[in-house]
Amino acid sequence: MTANSSTPEKHSLLDVIRRRPGIQVFLLIFPSLFWLVLFFAIPLIIVFVYSFLKRGPYGQVVWDFNLNNYARFFDPLYLKIFARSFKIAGITTVLSLLLGYPMAYWIATRTPKWRNILLLLLMIPYWTNFLVRTYAWILILRDSGLINSLLMGWGLIAEPLPLFGNDFAIIVGLVYGWFPSVVLPCYAAIERLDFSLVEAAQDLYANEARAFFRVIFPITLPGVIAGSILVFIPSLGAYVTPDLLGGAKSVMIGNVIQSQFLSVRDIPFGSAFSFVLMVIMLGATLIYFRVGARTL
Amino acid sequence: MSTLVQERKHTRVARRGSRLGRGLRALITGSGILGFLFLYIPILILIIFSFNASRFVTTWSGFSLRWYGELFQDDAMMLALRNSLVVAVVSTLISTVFGTLVSLAMERHRFFGKLAFDALLYLPIIIPDIAMAVMLLLFFVMSKITLSLTTIIISHVAFNISFVAIVVRARLVGFDRSLEDAAQDLGANEIQTFWYVTLPLLMPAILGGALLAFTLSLDDFVITFFTAGVGSTTLPLRIYSMVKLGITPEINAISALMLMTSMTLLMLSVILQRKGGGSVADIA
Repeated sequence: MTANSSTPEKHSLLDVIRRRPGIQVFLLIFPSLFWLVLFFAIPLIIVFVYSFLKRGPYGQVVWDFNLNNYARFFDPLYLKIFARSFKIAGITTVLSLLLGYPMAYWIATRTPKWRNILLLLLMIPYWTNFLVRTYAWILILRDSGLINSLLMGWGLIAEPLPLFGNDFAIIVGLVYGWFPSVVLPCYAAIERLDFSLVEAAQDLYANEARAFFRVIFPITLPGVIAGSILVFIPSLGAYVTPDLLGGAKSVMIGNVIQSQFLSVRDIPFGSAFSFVLMVIMLGATLIYFRVGARTL
Repeated sequence: MSTLVQERKHTRVARRGSRLGRGLRALITGSGILGFLFLYIPILILIIFSFNASRFVTTWSGFSLRWYGELFQDDAMMLALRNSLVVAVVSTLISTVFGTLVSLAMERHRFFGKLAFDALLYLPIIIPDIAMAVMLLLFFVMSKITLSLTTIIISHVAFNISFVAIVVRARLVGFDRSLEDAAQDLGANEIQTFWYVTLPLLMPAILGGALLAFTLSLDDFVITFFTAGVGSTTLPLRIYSMVKLGITPEINAISALMLMTSMTLLMLSVILQRKGGGSVADIA
């Protein structure tokens, strides 16, 4: 303000900004930088630091630097939860691919107008409320749910099928929630595929299966890998799905983090858990970018 | 030239699959249709049963608007709706302004530490909800900030800046800067150029980003769950606690309303982005 009064020019402040692009950049970046540092980077660092501390007898945090929280991952109980989470995320990824790849192929071989409509239809549910979409599966899968009451009404089964409160329900919920993100990168890869290569293979007497596995699939592999990572990441970190569709025994990493923070109140251990989860995700994301998903 | 390419592409598309056998083509078509049925049937079931007259959630006994009526009588639900709207509107306004400004810097300027900042800008999208949620909770508790609507808004802005920035940056990449040069040649200063040329051209992307942010904020459950205090229950939190207590038809009604609202907002966002020259895949 004082600098302003010393120069008689009308647009002096504007002139200062104009002459110094550094100030311009600073003004553009500052709000987001401030927010992301204060409410993202600093909390991230706090979690990292806490993961090396210890829980006191009343749930408070004791400043005693150690690696115990990370060593506790090797407790069979937590190893089992890690293994189960990886297994569920893995099965979800494979099922999403089996459903999503042919779907992507189908969409990519429609006319351009239909392709846009189908892609839009695919995207709409994907961006709607995840909680609500998970809730829909409670109505369908639980013991008195739609499938069981229909089957029992028709006299096909006497007892309700065990569709709810187990790993099966979690996998259904996760595939439902995330398989559209397999379709998009696969679609992008198939859409760019030069089909004359397929014709060449067939002219050289490759049968359909060979043409697919030796030509189409290898060329579209980057899309497949990118899509798999896009499903695997959220499935591994799932919290709502196992919480609502899984039973007491179907606990995943996300539920452990939640209970460490909100019920057990072992915040250092919860922090270590979430930090490991983040590192796994970042690793997967780096692979994703390496594969060239950005160019797809 | 582009039409020629498109035409060639089109004939290639038309020929696509024609060399595949009938069995394989049927399989592909089948899974395409099956996939869309899988995607939409649960949503349709939810919407249909929200009009069910019966108290039993999955037994149909006639059409009724009873549950929608009860919804609007439910004070807790109305408070949750109000809270959700406050959070969504405020966090969208803040994150849209911040996200747009930062996009301009990222696409048009070079500066020290840009790569690191780029990573910081992408991270909130990449890291799992649950991790971001506990880390914000820990931060608020440590800095003795009482959990309230404000903490929810702060958290929503923290992830929404990134989403707005992605949408706006996509538009800036294809931006024709000669239009700005023209304005300046005609005597406009930087502010006038920005206000009358740059901003209007960016508007579809900014609105698209804002709608995306609004939808994400309205729908967020995990991060809100951890950063909400007493009396700051939002709609997803209210739905969650109702589901935990037991399934009632009222949940179907509020769920159906939420689904239809997000779908409408998303359609709008896509239309805006297409107007702005983006494609459907941009928001993926």
